[in-house]
Amino acid sequence: MNTMDRRAFLASSGALVVGFSWAGTAAAAAAQALSPAKAVDKARIESFIAIGGDGRATVYVGKVDLGNGSRTALAQLAADELDLPFDRITMVMGDTATTPDQWLTGASTTIGQGGMELRRACATARAALLVRGAAKLGLAVEDAGCRDGAVFVKADPARRVAYGELAISAPLELAVDPKVVLKKPADYQWIGKSIPRVDIPGKLTGEWEYVHDFRMPGMLHGRILRPGAVGASLLSFDDSAAKKVDGFVRTVRKGDFLAVLAKTEWGAIKAMRATRAQWGAGEQLPDQATVFDHWRGLKVAKEDVTQNVGDARAALAATSRKVQARYDFAVQTHASMGPSCAVADFRDGRLTVWSASQATHSLVTEIAPIVGLAPEKIRIVYLEGSGCYGRNGHEDASADAALLAVLTGQPVRVQWMRDDEMARSPKSPPRSIDLEAALDERGDIAAWQGDFWIALNHIVAFKPLDFPLLAAAETGVPRSGNWVGFLFQNSGLGYVLPNVRVNTRHVEKAFFRSAHLRSPGRIENTFANESFIDELAFVAKVDPAEYRLRYLKDPRAVEVIQKAMARAKWQPRAGINPTAASGDIVRGRGISYLRYSNNNTYVAAVAEVAVNRKTGDIRVERVCIAHDCGLVVSPDGTINQIEGGTIQTVSRTLLEAVRWDRREVLSRDWASYPIIRHDQVPRVEVDLIARSDQPTFAAGEPTPCAIPAAIGNAVFDATGARLREVPFTPDRVRAALLRPVGA
Amino acid sequence: MAQFEIQVNGSKRSVQADADSPLLYVLRDQLELHGPKFGCGLGQCGACTVHIDGQATRSCLYKVAAVGNRQVTTLEGLGSSAKPSPLQQAFIDEQAAQCGYCINGMVMQAADLLKRTPKPTEAQIRDGLATNLCRCGTHQRIVRAVQRASGQPVTA
Repeated sequence: MNTMDRRAFLASSGALVVGFSWAGTAAAAAAQALSPAKAVDKARIESFIAIGGDGRATVYVGKVDLGNGSRTALAQLAADELDLPFDRITMVMGDTATTPDQWLTGASTTIGQGGMELRRACATARAALLVRGAAKLGLAVEDAGCRDGAVFVKADPARRVAYGELAISAPLELAVDPKVVLKKPADYQWIGKSIPRVDIPGKLTGEWEYVHDFRMPGMLHGRILRPGAVGASLLSFDDSAAKKVDGFVRTVRKGDFLAVLAKTEWGAIKAMRATRAQWGAGEQLPDQATVFDHWRGLKVAKEDVTQNVGDARAALAATSRKVQARYDFAVQTHASMGPSCAVADFRDGRLTVWSASQATHSLVTEIAPIVGLAPEKIRIVYLEGSGCYGRNGHEDASADAALLAVLTGQPVRVQWMRDDEMARSPKSPPRSIDLEAALDERGDIAAWQGDFWIALNHIVAFKPLDFPLLAAAETGVPRSGNWVGFLFQNSGLGYVLPNVRVNTRHVEKAFFRSAHLRSPGRIENTFANESFIDELAFVAKVDPAEYRLRYLKDPRAVEVIQKAMARAKWQPRAGINPTAASGDIVRGRGISYLRYSNNNTYVAAVAEVAVNRKTGDIRVERVCIAHDCGLVVSPDGTINQIEGGTIQTVSRTLLEAVRWDRREVLSRDWASYPIIRHDQVPRVEVDLIARSDQPTFAAGEPTPCAIPAAIGNAVFDATGARLREVPFTPDRVRAALLRPVGA
Repeated sequence: MAQFEIQVNGSKRSVQADADSPLLYVLRDQLELHGPKFGCGLGQCGACTVHIDGQATRSCLYKVAAVGNRQVTTLEGLGSSAKPSPLQQAFIDEQAAQCGYCINGMVMQAADLLKRTPKPTEAQIRDGLATNLCRCGTHQRIVRAVQRASGQPVTA
């Protein structure tokens, strides 16, 4: 929308913005859909903020709240930079027609990157309001201040003019000042406080509107029929039985894309089950028993050395004390609680999609060629979904709904079934890692060498535009790419060592559609690195925490390790726990440390486990986390992320591996892809180290990276059995127990 | 389709549905009660839990035709954000949600548990909620919320 359009809109609406309530009904959400397009250029403040005559602000952000509380945390940032009470801010997130593209919501960049962009926009707006207010009050700018949504006279604070009055006279339209002075920590009113999340009351009472709850008049329910086998084509189908289902409307076929539409949801499910589809043969899948060898044998598109210090090869060639190990990390899936869902409406040549995608802005470009529309004709409105932890099925379901709406001209809601979400959503690719080190006569690490087989990230301009959405592949818009995240991250070490060489081998094509799953790359790479340094400490006969501290100079790194040790009452010892030598149930503790992406948040974890030597069952009893992500916007929100990331990763570490045969994925429900249950959950204790003078780093993804190695190292401490393949299933534990200690 | 008169959250409601339709779709799509969620349709996850005559029941498997004269209570029947029940308030106080998709089931299952066992131990809470799945890892806060709602010290 250009300035003239915007002014016309303002004149007609009589306010700078039309507010809406988050706790609204479907009607309110539909009204939101109708809210006019506005400025979305990230360089302009009007893209981020609109202040109404009532003094309330609507804040527009391209980042979305994936259930991690960022709606609240971002509003806290805006409240402080605007000097406006928190409860006068309404957040709009991820609507492509009204919010700036701030890159997708991933890699824990929402507060650090997205929040900083928002702060600068808000601070620029506040400065402009101050100038306007001072003029109105007849003062020099330095004699006026901002507080509680008003500009006031410093010498006489009772004299004030409200933001609403200042904003209504003329729209606040100007470029974001990239050098604007942000509020100082001593002046924070909202940042650093555990403000209760605005979404939680509605979520506890059924009032919160998820994308799954969004309804439109005349909306049809769609279900997609898809083959079990990957890439199988549709030979024929018979919908004669489906036609007898109450509420059945029609089947829709385009290429290999086959869907049923019905007036009711149950009718759509019954019609889907009644439709007989004949599928051709799919791609053959590798033998799961030898999948990591298969993975290492696939074509490598490129190799990158991610760390090169000194001469690791020469040092390794010269040593007589070499340690080697291989680590493997299973294919896992997002396993969202709610199968993915979207609603799409196509009218007057324009497509609107209500979607829970973490990447609404780039999804426009992903969907455009599938529906044959120009990106300018597509609007994606974000509504929260079930937690996704990366790219789950949200984007696929959005494309499914979009295609059906365009093909039929009717509003369509698509919700995936459980087996769609488990078996057909993208998967994290497998990981296989070789590590090798040389120890000197004192047991110090003389050289470290790593080789990481990771999936190639196919990205176009940092966007997943080459990602093979199911509806794309099925309708003849083939895309070969995967969007797996930056899997090289944390292949290199945070430890200061004399000789290091780390190489990454980027496998051209994974055998499943692959996408990033929480902490991509960092979690698998840290599992290997942090298990291996534990192995070295054992060989060197040094306490594993002390051993790590030898190689860390950064005081923030040292502090998280010492905090986690203190919380866990760490007892230093070289070798395995001597008190765990007998009996079926043995206990141990293990430590793990990382700096996320080697340049971001610091985390140390101590896990305490009980291992049943007879059955091989591991019970994680307690995990102590020390976490330094710099400035903490919401302490409780951050702790919630850390606790959740810990518990979810205990699940991934102990239980989770996608299963398949040569033809299809066998993990189709919660029985075939079990996750952690309440009675298996450890106690999680968190120490937050908040540094208000430092930038905000990541909070959702760092902690999970520390968990697998902390558990594996604790199992080693308890039993002497070294686990090198995630998940740590009972049979792997029993097999490791049969090997000599440390082997 | 057939017409059914069912009692939901204290009111008599008339709905049109196939006799084999699970109660879940009737609640969500016809009565616009969005507390119960579709999670698996297999009775494995608990996201769809409602009370039938006070007993926690998975509405994805419970047929609308089986409701008869029984009282159906959904999350909305416990309280609203303006007037939450003590159990809902305890979840809010403990900030016991992330994405919140499972939370309906956690609350409805916990309400049933507290009715039968007003002062559950931590282990009884974990056992009582063991077949309600959560993917965000909010379990510890959920246990705390149930402890708080039962008037006991929060130890989880």
